[in-house]
Amino acid sequence: MAGWFQSLTIAQRRVVWAWGFLALPIIFYVGIRFYPTFEAFWLSFYDWNLLGERQWTGLSNYATLLQDPEFWKVFKNTFIYLIIGTPTSLVIAFVVAYYLDQVRFMHGFIRALYFLPFLTTAVAMAWVWRWFYQPVPIGVFNNALASFGLPQQPFLRSTTQALPAILAPAVWAGLGFQIIIFLAGLRAIPETYYEAARIDGVSRLTVLWEITLPLLKPTIVFLVVFSSIGFLRIFDQVFNMTTNDPGGPLNSTKPLVLLIYDTAFNSFDMGYATAQTVVLFTVLLIISVVQLYILRSR
Amino acid sequence: MLKRLKIGSWVAIAAIGAMLGGANKAAAVEIEYWQYFFEARVNAMEQLIEQFEEQNPDITVKMTHFPYADYRTKVAAAVPAGQGPDVVQLFYGWLNDYIDANLIQPLPTDVFPPEEIEAEFFPMVKAMRQDDAYYALPTAVRSLALFWNKRLFEEAGLDPNQPPRTLEELVDYAEKLTKRDGAGNLTQVGLTMGMTAQDHNWWREVLIRQFGGVPYSEDYTTVAYDDEAGLEALEFYTDLITEHGVSQIGFMDEPQAAFKASRAGMHIDGSFRIGALEETRGLEWGVGELPANAEGLRSNYASYWVNAIATKAEGEKYDAAVKFMEFITSPEAMQLWLEVVGELPARPEVGMTEANAGDPVYGPFIRALDYAHATVFANETDQRQEMINMIDRIVLEDMAPKESLEQAAAAEQAILDQYNK
Repeated sequence: MAGWFQSLTIAQRRVVWAWGFLALPIIFYVGIRFYPTFEAFWLSFYDWNLLGERQWTGLSNYATLLQDPEFWKVFKNTFIYLIIGTPTSLVIAFVVAYYLDQVRFMHGFIRALYFLPFLTTAVAMAWVWRWFYQPVPIGVFNNALASFGLPQQPFLRSTTQALPAILAPAVWAGLGFQIIIFLAGLRAIPETYYEAARIDGVSRLTVLWEITLPLLKPTIVFLVVFSSIGFLRIFDQVFNMTTNDPGGPLNSTKPLVLLIYDTAFNSFDMGYATAQTVVLFTVLLIISVVQLYILRSR
Repeated sequence: MLKRLKIGSWVAIAAIGAMLGGANKAAAVEIEYWQYFFEARVNAMEQLIEQFEEQNPDITVKMTHFPYADYRTKVAAAVPAGQGPDVVQLFYGWLNDYIDANLIQPLPTDVFPPEEIEAEFFPMVKAMRQDDAYYALPTAVRSLALFWNKRLFEEAGLDPNQPPRTLEELVDYAEKLTKRDGAGNLTQVGLTMGMTAQDHNWWREVLIRQFGGVPYSEDYTTVAYDDEAGLEALEFYTDLITEHGVSQIGFMDEPQAAFKASRAGMHIDGSFRIGALEETRGLEWGVGELPANAEGLRSNYASYWVNAIATKAEGEKYDAAVKFMEFITSPEAMQLWLEVVGELPARPEVGMTEANAGDPVYGPFIRALDYAHATVFANETDQRQEMINMIDRIVLEDMAPKESLEQAAAAEQAILDQYNK
């Protein structure tokens, strides 16, 4: 073995070394990521309850999926999380970052406060918010409403309010990270542009619209991609805030990932669960590719 | 993986033991027992194993336990690979899955004759019989009862030692126990409610029968509550919320939380709740049989975990496994289980003793076993979900009970059909 290595030229040895190091992450990825992914694709053509034999059923899992009203409901929910969650969180994060950038007094402290929720575990946060939303006598929000003589709100016990109620802490939790990224983006814009604008006497709004936002585009695109994937994969908040009736009431808050979890580990319908996973994978892929295309077009 | 290695090394040790067997006759048979982790159950089983090994010095039993979340997956992976348990614990609702997957084998009819089991165990154990043999047997069972808060009873002018005897009294008591603030918001409920807890079992196996119906066909493959009786039972249930206003789903987040915090007058729950209530300071509670209907008809829901012999057990291990099964389903084991875990004996001869059936805490649960039904679930979680949705459609979306009931029946039938196909 050693003799073989000695017989190589230095350039060849370098290549061997390089591949030796590279092999480790490659083997890791193939074993831990790619192999299970392909296995999942494969499994989606089977009927399997985890205990018995796998049975080949062809495309039947996908056919069931198309006709399953629960799946379409969940699919819609997932996109509502995305469509409301991403813009809301980005707008709030930008506004906070924009003004925080101009604040010098206790800047670091305020920034830390905004970042704190990002460090908290989603489970703990979801439970605290779940209690906030409870009806009288234990819910903070409803107790406040009641003390002003306003009617109680059902929040998590409503088919229309539950989804926004769950989205709120999810948006809040992500804010810290987005604010930090926005701040970095704002600091990276050269001061000279602003000086030129001041000399020309341009209004603040024009400065924002013509200088700040266009130059922030890479930051914005990054955050859009990042938070979109986050909202499409939302699970912790929903599961923990609705553990008694996961994704309820009446499936009004159930996202795709929770449906997959349910199908796999409550119904033990592994084939169907992997078919749902393949759909989620495809959706994530399409959305990421579209967003990367926008990034390239710059 | 570590567990696997450990099992592997035990197998190796056993193999070496077998090779030396000629010289060393005392080499014991070792069998493995698997259950999920629940502290009291593990303690009770340790005591049982100790007694069993004393009586059978040539057999050793090794117990392995896992968190509940991993349990099913581990069993599924280990048994077909020829590893894992010789005697395995499973939920009664999983029996068909385990038989279909060839994970367990029937109990020998010479040691466990079906007629004898039917004579000696409470009737709901019959669900463990397939054709001419039993596949699994419980050590203990669980049933439902009505808990009530003695202090709140007194406050409402009710006798603190007398729970409601009939459904009519239940409604009446609940109304007296309900409190609202100035704006009409509930601050104390008469009865905790929510299909997410035990109410789906109360409705299915108790209320429907008390209104003259049956929840399912005899073999539990067909939904049978989509009729007048089912509708009446459903309306009785939802009226408590919509008409009488004595409860609210999701009050204090969870029913048992409301009861523990003395914010609920009454609460229906299983025998497994006793331990948690006993630890709650300042709570004075009583427990009684579920209320009967006007004609005095009572019903209850029972569920249980069973033990079975895995297909992997052969030869002398099989014989040892049979002996162990015999031991852990014996009257003595059941008495110990009641004392250590607080779960109810599966044999009337143990349960119905004066001391046990007359016990102020366990008595109501034990007496209920005589008339309890064990629902044969295809998928308990999904079937419960249909009950949750049925109520939510009425309470949250104002759907007519009849329509919601029809939808629930159709959806649950689809789950049963999918499973029994």
